[in-house]
Amino acid sequence: MDASNYLYISALLFTIGAVGVVVRRNAIVVFMCIELMLNAANLSFVTFSRINGDLNGQVMAFFTMVVAACEVVVGLAIIVTIYRSRRSASVDDASLLKR
Amino acid sequence: MLQLALEVGQTAKPEAVMFWILGPLAVIAALAMLLVKKAVHSAILMAFVMIILAVFYIAQDAAFLGIVQIVVYTGAVMMLFLFILMLVGVDSSDSLTETIRGLRSLAITAAIGFGGLMISLLGHATLGRSAVGLTAANADGNVQGIAALLFSTYVWPFEVVSALLITAALGAMVLAHHQRSTTRPTQRQLSINRFRGDSLGTAAGLSGPGVYARHNAVDVPALLPDGTPAADSVNATLSARGDMLDYKKFDLSEINTKVEEEK
Repeated sequence: MDASNYLYISALLFTIGAVGVVVRRNAIVVFMCIELMLNAANLSFVTFSRINGDLNGQVMAFFTMVVAACEVVVGLAIIVTIYRSRRSASVDDASLLKR
Repeated sequence: MLQLALEVGQTAKPEAVMFWILGPLAVIAALAMLLVKKAVHSAILMAFVMIILAVFYIAQDAAFLGIVQIVVYTGAVMMLFLFILMLVGVDSSDSLTETIRGLRSLAITAAIGFGGLMISLLGHATLGRSAVGLTAANADGNVQGIAALLFSTYVWPFEVVSALLITAALGAMVLAHHQRSTTRPTQRQLSINRFRGDSLGTAAGLSGPGVYARHNAVDVPALLPDGTPAADSVNATLSARGDMLDYKKFDLSEINTKVEEEK
């Protein structure tokens, strides 16, 4: 087994996450798919860190985690605010600008 | 020497076993996350994928990140997700109907193209190159190695990220702050509204759930004096979740009113 196998898993997870962001309608599930994409990128960072014998990749993954945590906090607050005003967490319902 | 380099580059046998068990599980769980209808199930599957990723990190000599992954993601982030799900309503299942025609097939085609491109690129970029491994970089320990980098090369990004965290916390507080746009109705106002309504049916308040003498659980609607069930006596969340018992069973016309003589 080669270390690059982790990269293939990472690519697969990233693709699945991207499909989820496009296909799913529930804002919370869309958000979880974004988290999946971030995690897949993290797995790539860690694997590249191992392939290169260098800890820089792990530090990058660490920063990604912190930024992802911030993003979750603000994003979920936005979802709660939208839910409060329109009683729905579906991304299709927030379409006031369309009309 | 060449042999040694090859051995370091190849992942060891136990790791291969671990990978081939957990790798497909992670992909299956991620796919299932897309396909399940309820958001809660998606969240559980997501937590599962994240734990597998933590195992992958630890297997790849990134012990610190593996632990952080479990603590931050499965501990904090997923609990936050579940908390928001409870707030928004556990019953908020996604309608899996397409709102934009052809979106799903287009997305799957694009995903196959994108994934195929990534995988073929990775194959070209990394095949035939053996991994160096982190044995040298982790000589003083993984945490010490990351700390040395974090507080020397990356000290400025580290400070910026701390500012970002504080900003995010403030932003969440501002967003979640709820200001009433109308005044809260007083008890007197509520009482007046009850009596000025269309009917006086609920003037004395909504009836509580439960049917006396037959069934008094909270998931069973009360019976009105004429024997019809009062659907609004059951909590709206219970009925939305489909946990309300069928009140047809408790309709008086269904009940055998003939008294059986005891011998």
